[in-house]
Amino acid sequence: MNLIGLTTIYKKEMARTFRVPGQTLISPVLTTALYFIVFGSAVGRAIPELSGVSYELYIVPGLIMMALLTNALSAASSGIYFPKFIGTKYEFLSAPLSHFEIIAGHTLAAASRALIIGAIIYCVSIFFTRDATVAHPILAIVFSVLTAISFSLFGLIIGIWADSFEKLALFPTLIITPLSFLGGIFYSIDMLPSFWQKISLINPIVYMISGLRWSFFGISDVDPIVSFTMIALFTFACGMLIAWIFRTGYRIKS
Amino acid sequence: MSKNILEIKDIDKVYKNDFEALKKVSLSIHDGEIFALLGPNGAGKTTLIGIICGLVNASSGTVTVDGHDHIIQYRKARSVIGLVPQELYLDPFLTVTQTLTIARGLYGKQHSNALLKKTLEDLSLWDKKDNKVQELSGGMKRRVLIGKALMNEPKILFLDEPTAGVDVELRHSMWELVATLKSRGTTIILTTHYIEEAQDMADRIGIIQDGEIKIVEEKSVLMSKLGSKKLIIGLEHACDTIPPSITSDKLVLSDNGRTLTYTYKTGGKTGITELLSKLKAANISVHDISTQETSLEEIFVDLTHDNSTQK
Ligand SMILES: Nc1ncnc2c1ncn2[C@@H]1O[C@H](COP(=O)(O)OP(=O)(O)OP(=O)(O)O)[C@@H](O)[C@H]1O
Ligand SMILES: [Mg+2]
Repeated sequence: MNLIGLTTIYKKEMARTFRVPGQTLISPVLTTALYFIVFGSAVGRAIPELSGVSYELYIVPGLIMMALLTNALSAASSGIYFPKFIGTKYEFLSAPLSHFEIIAGHTLAAASRALIIGAIIYCVSIFFTRDATVAHPILAIVFSVLTAISFSLFGLIIGIWADSFEKLALFPTLIITPLSFLGGIFYSIDMLPSFWQKISLINPIVYMISGLRWSFFGISDVDPIVSFTMIALFTFACGMLIAWIFRTGYRIKS
Repeated sequence: MSKNILEIKDIDKVYKNDFEALKKVSLSIHDGEIFALLGPNGAGKTTLIGIICGLVNASSGTVTVDGHDHIIQYRKARSVIGLVPQELYLDPFLTVTQTLTIARGLYGKQHSNALLKKTLEDLSLWDKKDNKVQELSGGMKRRVLIGKALMNEPKILFLDEPTAGVDVELRHSMWELVATLKSRGTTIILTTHYIEEAQDMADRIGIIQDGEIKIVEEKSVLMSKLGSKKLIIGLEHACDTIPPSITSDKLVLSDNGRTLTYTYKTGGKTGITELLSKLKAANISVHDISTQETSLEEIFVDLTHDNSTQK
C-alpha cells in the first residue's frame, strides 16, 4: 500500500480547497444561509408544522444534504478533471499507485471538503433556528459521511467522463440541483400525488435527505433502514463504476 | 544474465480511432546506457514511452522493467522510473517546491529536504523555489518537469524531447546533467529531433518510423555502417559541366563549378583512385582535396526518405 502517495493526493486536494476558500467554502455556506432566511425565517413562518416539526427546522437536514452532495460532486469532479485538462494526470498514472489509492485519495479529499461545509451549515442553521437538537447524532454522521463518499465517487465519474468544462457543469446544474429540490428538501414527499411519490422513489437523493431528517427528528418519508440500504447501494454502484473506469482506462488512458 | 534493464517485446498499439501507432515494437535497453530514440513527428516515440510508464494501454506485447512486468508488478516497475513528458504538464498554481514535493510523495517516498535542495540546485532552480509555476519561463518549466522525475531517484529516466524550447546554453547544461546522471548509473532514454543531441550523447541509437523500429545500433557502428563520406575536390579552374567520362550520380558540381563533391561508402572499394585518374585524363587539375563524414542527420534523412519512397 502506497500510503504516502494516497495522503499526498489527499493533501494536494485539500490544499486546493483552502487555496480559494471564498469559492469553495464561503460561497456554498452563503447560498444555504439565504435559503434559511427566505424559506425558513420568512416564508416558513406562514407554513404549519410538518409532522410536528416547525418548517424552519424541517428544511435543515435537506439543506445540509444538498450542500453536502453538490460540494462532494463538484470537488471530486474538478479534482480529477483539472489534471486531465492540464495533463498532470500523468503524475499519478505513472506513479506506483494502485487504482484504489488514486480513487481513495481523491474521494476522501472531496468528502472531507463536503463534510466541512456540511458542518459549517449545521452551525449556521443553529444560528437561525436556535435549536441544535439531533435525535440520533451517530446516524446523522453515518448518513452524512456515506452520502459525501458516494457523491465524491459519482463526481470522479463525471470528472473523467467530461471532456469539456460545459459537460463538467452540466451534471450539477441540469441533474443534481433539480433532483435535490425534488428530493424533498422543502417538503415531505407524502405531500405529492401518489404517482409523483412513486417517481420520487427512483431519486437517490430522496433517501439521503430522508435518512438525515430521520436522524435529526426521528421522522421521515422513508424508513431509515431503506434509506441506508439505498445510499449504500448507490455508493457501491458508483464504486464499481469508477473501478471499471480505472481498470479499462476509459477516458483517462489512451 | 539480465543486463537489460528494460525489455520491450512485440508491443502493438492501435488507438481507438483504429490508427496503428506501434507495430510489433521490440527493444532492449542496457543497464546504464544512454539510448536515443530518433524519429520524425508521429513516429510513435511518445506512445511507446506512454505504454512503458502506464499512461497508454498497449494493445498487445509485454514490457519488463528491471525484471518486473510493467502491469502485473506495476509498483516495482514504476518505482524505478522517472518520466519527463514532452508537454509541459504542470499545475500553474503550485510553487516549484510544492510541485517537486508532491511528485516525490506520489512515488510513495518519504520527503527529503536534502534531495529537494540538491535537485533544485542541479537544475539551477534554487532561486525560483518559492515561485509559482505560472511565473516561470518555458525553459524553467521544462527543468521543473525534469526535477519532478528526479525526485523519484529513478534508475531509468525517460526524457521525451527534453530540450524542446530550451536555449543553447541551457541545452548544454542539460546535456551535462544527463552525463552526470549517467555517471551515477542512471539509464537514460531520450527522444529528440535534434540529431546532434543523439550524436553527442547517446551510446546507442534507435530509429523509429511509422510505428516500426527500423534500426538499433551502437552509435559508432551506425555511423560507419550507414555512413558515407564525402570527398570534396577543389578545382583549379571552374568547369561548366562535369565531363561525360566521369559523370555519375555520386558526383555533384557546385560553387560555380569550382567544387566537385563525390559521395562514397566507407569500407570496401571507394572509387577514389579511379575518379582521380579520370580527372587527370580529362585534364582537370585539382588544387585541394578534403573528406567529410556524414552526420547522423544525413543518415537519418537518407533512411527515412528511402523508406517513404519505397512505398
Ligand atoms: N490519443 C490518441 N488517439 C489517436 N491517435 C493518437 C493518439 N495519440 C497519438 N496518436 C497518433 O499516434 C501517432 C504517434 O504519436 P506519438 O505522439 O507517439 O508520436 P511521436 O513520435 O512522439 O511524435 P513527436 O515527435 O511529434 O512527438 C501519431 O500519428 C498520432 O497522431
Ligand atoms: Mg512525442
